Amino acid sequence: MTTLFEQLATSFVASAAFGLIFNVPKRGLVQCGIVGMLGWALYVVLTQQAVNATISTLIAAGCVAVLSQIMAKLYRMPIIVFNVSGIIPLVPGGLAYNAMRSAVENEFDAALQSGMQAFMLSGAIAMGLVLSEVINQAIRRSRL
Amino acid sequence: MITYPDSHGRTISELCLLAGKIILQSGGETQRVEDTMTRIAAANGFPKSQCYVTPTGLFFDLGGANPVTRYVRISERSTDLSKVTLVNEVSRKISLGELNAEDALARLQHIERARVVYPAWLQIASAAVASGCFLIMFKGGWSDFVPAMLAGGIGFALLLLLHRLVQIRFFAEFLSATIIGALAIAFVHTGFGHELDRIIIGSVMPLVPGLLITNAVRDLMAGHLVSGLSKGADALLTASAIGAGIAVMLSAWS
Repeated sequence: MTTLFEQLATSFVASAAFGLIFNVPKRGLVQCGIVGMLGWALYVVLTQQAVNATISTLIAAGCVAVLSQIMAKLYRMPIIVFNVSGIIPLVPGGLAYNAMRSAVENEFDAALQSGMQAFMLSGAIAMGLVLSEVINQAIRRSRL
Repeated sequence: MITYPDSHGRTISELCLLAGKIILQSGGETQRVEDTMTRIAAANGFPKSQCYVTPTGLFFDLGGANPVTRYVRISERSTDLSKVTLVNEVSRKISLGELNAEDALARLQHIERARVVYPAWLQIASAAVASGCFLIMFKGGWSDFVPAMLAGGIGFALLLLLHRLVQIRFFAEFLSATIIGALAIAFVHTGFGHELDRIIIGSVMPLVPGLLITNAVRDLMAGHLVSGLSKGADALLTASAIGAGIAVMLSAWS
């Protein structure tokens, strides 16, 4: 329980801090933090339930994108403002690092494995963004 | 015989180009640049304008009776999402008819000249905090929080400084990553830090080209293939530069 709270707090702060690095307007920083926190929480909970990391990333990225669309409508700001800080925690930095470290140590089998995994996760992020766009358009069409 | 648009047409094309230029320079998506330009033109009586946008330059054509195509070269790009938001607000007001072309132009020129919202020290501080938080998110221990903060903050400060000093792309990311690697190794060596891998991963995160990755996907999704692919290549090269910087330090150490 404390670890989940720890994860929530740090992901909120990290996402808001990233918003600040990207010069997001002051009135959007808290929302950036919330989008990033919810996306990361979903990812952590799913991986704890032994869901495949690729699937977890896909679902979390889709959730981040949908939340960003809602925030963009509510606060009348470009969607990219919320999208970016939410996606960053899901970027497979650790796997890319492991791939590179193995390559440096001449362990190319391990490097290729981590590299492929990082590649799959990046693809999952892209697919999550695409799926949320599909959902968004479906909602828009059904209202017309 | 060449005919030029009247002064109204000139003002409108000036307005559209400036709006597009600011969004493109500040890190907005290609779709948003095109939407904003055609919407502003349509609100001012030019419903058939055309544009073509790439990350390095944009063409804009007002259409109508005296079409004149204009071009703007984009040589410097930065990440300033508050400028994208401000231009978005101006464009919405123009569409609603709350703002005439002259006032909008003055407002956009003001936005273009404006400096970034947050001072450098605040950005460095938030990069440091973000590094520490990422360490915890990647299952690091709290004892490594301060080392990651220091490495990440110093690395990001160096990135900002190098971007100002050296105009060669990817070099700043490479050198910052090298310094982060060196700091992390030094911290672990002196016993100040504990887990080398997690400290490095956490403190490298502020250098990750997150905006480019997201924009590349969004551009490709919207069918802007040229922009999407070039932003993807930019992101990949930046990531490789970071990786190479860390790799240099790791191989020197081991």
